[in-house]
Amino acid sequence: MKEFGYKISASRQIDFDKIDHSLYRKIIENEPSMRLCIDCGSCSATCTAGNITDFSIRKMNLMIRRGETVGLQKEFANCMLCGKCTMICPRGVNTRNIILTIRKILNN
Amino acid sequence: MPFHYFVLPFTVGLIILLVVVIYKFAQWIINLERDDRIKMLTGIFSIKSIKAIKEVVSESLLHRKIFKVNPVLGYMHMSLAFGWFLLIVIGNFEAMWFGKNYVDPPYVAIFYKYFHPVSPHPELTKIFNFILDFLLLTILSGVFLALMKRFKSKIVGMKKTTVLKPFDKMALYSLWAIFPLRLLAESFVAGTYNINSFLTGTLGDIFNNFLPVKDLIIPAYWGYSLALGIFFISLPYSRYMHIPTEVLLIFARHYGVKARRELDGFAQMELNACSRCGICIDACQLASAANINNVQMVYIIRSLRENNTDIHTISNCLLCGRCEQICPVGINLTNIRQTSKLHTYSTPASYEYLPVPTPEKTEILYFAGCMTHITKSIKESVIKIFKAANVNYTFMDENNEICCGRPSMLAGDFNAFEKLKNHNIEYIKKSKAKLLITSCPICLKTFKEDYALDIEIMHHSQYFKLLIEQNKLQIEKLDKKVVYHDPCELGRGLGIYDEPRKVLNSIANITSVANEKQKSLCCGGSLANTEINTYQRFLVTKNAYKELTVNNPDYLITGCPLCKRTFRKASEIPVKDIAEIIVESMNHKKIQNSIYSSKNLYLQKVI
Repeated sequence: MKEFGYKISASRQIDFDKIDHSLYRKIIENEPSMRLCIDCGSCSATCTAGNITDFSIRKMNLMIRRGETVGLQKEFANCMLCGKCTMICPRGVNTRNIILTIRKILNN
Repeated sequence: MPFHYFVLPFTVGLIILLVVVIYKFAQWIINLERDDRIKMLTGIFSIKSIKAIKEVVSESLLHRKIFKVNPVLGYMHMSLAFGWFLLIVIGNFEAMWFGKNYVDPPYVAIFYKYFHPVSPHPELTKIFNFILDFLLLTILSGVFLALMKRFKSKIVGMKKTTVLKPFDKMALYSLWAIFPLRLLAESFVAGTYNINSFLTGTLGDIFNNFLPVKDLIIPAYWGYSLALGIFFISLPYSRYMHIPTEVLLIFARHYGVKARRELDGFAQMELNACSRCGICIDACQLASAANINNVQMVYIIRSLRENNTDIHTISNCLLCGRCEQICPVGINLTNIRQTSKLHTYSTPASYEYLPVPTPEKTEILYFAGCMTHITKSIKESVIKIFKAANVNYTFMDENNEICCGRPSMLAGDFNAFEKLKNHNIEYIKKSKAKLLITSCPICLKTFKEDYALDIEIMHHSQYFKLLIEQNKLQIEKLDKKVVYHDPCELGRGLGIYDEPRKVLNSIANITSVANEKQKSLCCGGSLANTEINTYQRFLVTKNAYKELTVNNPDYLITGCPLCKRTFRKASEIPVKDIAEIIVESMNHKKIQNSIYSSKNLYLQKVI
């Protein structure tokens, strides 16, 4: 069941001076093509896992750039590594390897 | 018993070599799975051993397979291996015959000329001298080629050759030194004792004119013995370990031991049987097209042998299987790479969200596969064909697309693969299907090899061939010239070459290209490679595309949605799946029929 109803949500304010960029930097080190992303969302649109769940690579990308890393590991466990996102990407981002890299980093 | 101190380096080297090799062999055999070990033991006294000996002669000594790939390289290996083998055998034979002593230590035969320069049977010795000189000359020509190959690999027809490590260099230089030193030593003996033979005798006479040959005999034999000793000691730690290991591997294979998805004793044998000939380097498109020169199997095997693997180089491979197909030792190269990847990484992938499979009961299941879902024209064409032939099928992944799991396994995640596999198996078993058709060779390979299903599994081209044979499809030959690209997973992976060609033959004119079937090039789209960047991929694609379109075909036809998508980026002509061209032919026939019938109608009216 989805959470439903009203409650006081925690602040979503992001302080750009205090962002933790460490994960993003590590990914860029391993897979520089992440820089090419234009947030078009083609990857999310074709995603096999995204078809059944809420998993969205585009959202994850945004979260990583903002330094929000809570719950990422659980989200990325949804991916089936089928490679459709990489095939479809108009910018030639090696999305599949980015996911693999993130999984490896978060595993450690 | 004859003796001189110079035999010591040779004898010590030989003892060390035997001890190390036997120790290593024992270790690998212990590391085998239990039933493999039993197979090895029970096989020894069967006819399999004789077959294995036959293969050892043709492969380890004559190097038949290298001859097929590259005759000059084959001659180089044969002259060294077979020549040296005969030299030892005939030398021993001569020593036993003339010496009448069958228990002499091996050095007596090796240094026979020194210990018995004057023969009791001069006539027979002439024949022996001729044979031994001839063999030595053959080996020297091989050594000369080897030297040339080091300095300029193009001479033996190779674009690139392997880069060496210290122990390899030690073994290599001592190997090069052995035969020239033997030539010198025997020439000095021949010069001193006036022995007549065409090579050593002539050289001996020449040396006699300006050198004190008698005093040089001992130093030359010291050099010869030292070179042998150094070669023997460095052999087990260098690439030359492949010489004894290949023999063991051939026997193990004949006894029925097969490669598994783990680095067991058999994989160790395979790793050590690699001679680092470098033939896989030239076969690799990453080297020839994208200029990536440190990821070829020869280097991966070396790093596995030395236990310093690097996941980035292991993952940088398209797993196209071209190297495995060409490997003269027949090592299961793709399995080794994939297995060494499997141990590097595992995720907590859960896939709890997968829906519980509730299939309808059906005879025929169609699984499109992820790549077909993003190449919609293929999916639609397949459905059209099924409709035209009145096939009653269930579309397995129409709404809930679920991956077959192979991409996860290729990326090294066995855990995730198992979960997806179990889900799909549950679906297939519940549906009670008897035939599973898929459009994606990647899925097909894993269905066939890993799923252990007891139903028939087909690529769509195989099923279309059946439909055409049963006359269920209204098709017509199109006036088009096409070229067929063998997808790696479908061709080399599963050996399906003929069915797609038969289908194509009935609808278009196929032109053939130089590298097809087993030798076909990879499109570069492979999911196995996670390291390569988009530009390097494009270089591989362009390379394959260029070769496929030398005859200016109208269409580029393939059997894999991933290949289609990849080629489309580089292609100037339409790239079509086999299903799409069938639909085109069906449409063509329909139009022809309608024109024909309207003509008939017109004629009837006129008459």
